[in-house]
Amino acid sequence: MALSGLFLVVFLGQHFVINITSVIAPDTFNTWSHFMGYNPLVQYVLQPILIGGVIVHFVMGFVLEIQNRKARGIRYAKYNGAANAPWISRNMIISGGVVLAFLAMHMYDFWLHEMVYKYVESNPQDATRYYAETVEKFHSPVKTGLYVLSFGLLALHLLHGFASSFQTMGVNNKYSAAIKTFTKVYAILIPLGFAFIAVYHHLNPITQ
Amino acid sequence: MKLTLKIWRQNGANDKGKMQTYPIDGIEGDMSFLEMLDVLNEDLINKGESPVEFDHDCREGICGSCSLQINGEPHGPDRLVTTCQLHMRSFKDGDTIVIEPFRASAFPVIKDLIVDRSSFDRIQQAGGYVSVNTSGNTLDANAIPVNKQDADQAFSAAACIGCGACVAACKNASAMLFTSAKVSQYALLPQGQVEAATRVENMVRQMDLEGFGNCTNTGACEIECPKGISLENIARMNREYLSASIKG
Repeated sequence: MALSGLFLVVFLGQHFVINITSVIAPDTFNTWSHFMGYNPLVQYVLQPILIGGVIVHFVMGFVLEIQNRKARGIRYAKYNGAANAPWISRNMIISGGVVLAFLAMHMYDFWLHEMVYKYVESNPQDATRYYAETVEKFHSPVKTGLYVLSFGLLALHLLHGFASSFQTMGVNNKYSAAIKTFTKVYAILIPLGFAFIAVYHHLNPITQ
Repeated sequence: MKLTLKIWRQNGANDKGKMQTYPIDGIEGDMSFLEMLDVLNEDLINKGESPVEFDHDCREGICGSCSLQINGEPHGPDRLVTTCQLHMRSFKDGDTIVIEPFRASAFPVIKDLIVDRSSFDRIQQAGGYVSVNTSGNTLDANAIPVNKQDADQAFSAAACIGCGACVAACKNASAMLFTSAKVSQYALLPQGQVEAATRVENMVRQMDLEGFGNCTNTGACEIECPKGISLENIARMNREYLSASIKG
């Protein structure tokens, strides 16, 4: 759980670096997106590893939740969870569930579209299409709103999950305070950046 | 002080059980929580009713027997105290206090507020010891040098009284803090190194067999522990477990 989570955290950072270029340098965004879309190492090695990481993380999350519910067969009549643990740490299944739902929407929007474009319609390679396609995806205010909401829940999920994964792997030492600080910065800035990109493209529907 | 008590009553392991309300009067702030329950029980006995069963022994915060979930928190609202050390001055006149047994599938209710915590004993028996021949040429304990910091941390881990508050507080009913404290108190000392790998593997296996939940690092156990057992012990146990798994 911790390892797959950390792997996804690293992927998230890489994803953000590429996405932010769609705001500051659309040509670079097109170049990098084309590379990611057609490079054999990315497509046939890294992409399956990523999909595996996502599946392991979510399946393990639900399995652990079921085991944990079973471990307390009878609930308390009064349970003051807020007295000793923050809401985000007690409700990772909620934030994770929202992120999973978002992921389904995101995969439908981008990944499925790519699969159809490349393998069903067998379109020729076009390294200039990605920026326009991305901006078009954020035309709908509802979809943009759903993306922003999901990034909010992603931030909550990361706020607990990132530092927590180090504790699970046995890291609790003089560096823990720095890890917690970095977690806060990363968990807020990265989702905020993703939300900014979505809103930016919604407000600037100019295609090349 | 006049209070309303809502107490879990369950007449044996197979009874369904229910919350029952008892008004109580004349409670002094200097009374301990258990003394308040003693007053209630005397009143119930005088009325010919069955007293509320609850665990207690030393009433000094060291035996780990008292195990009550009070207003949604193990050992009540105060920190670093057991139920027997909780004083009624922590409550206000007119308060309603909800009292339940520690809830976990691995802690089945025996009667009323008493739960069976022998699952902790079985975890301890699975490896929470050092095999030392105590007959014949017993070594002087001071003959083995121990780093002061390690000795202090081992002592802090050994302060765990096995009350079960960590399990009761955890939203997953996880026993990781208890088990890790018992692993740590030996893992930090030279005497514990010989059996280190088998100890952590056996204790974790037994913990899972007992049906405790998984640790999701909420930290509730550390906050509610009456002895202040640190989450560092869980990280240490995870390291020990990883190391033992790699070594095979």
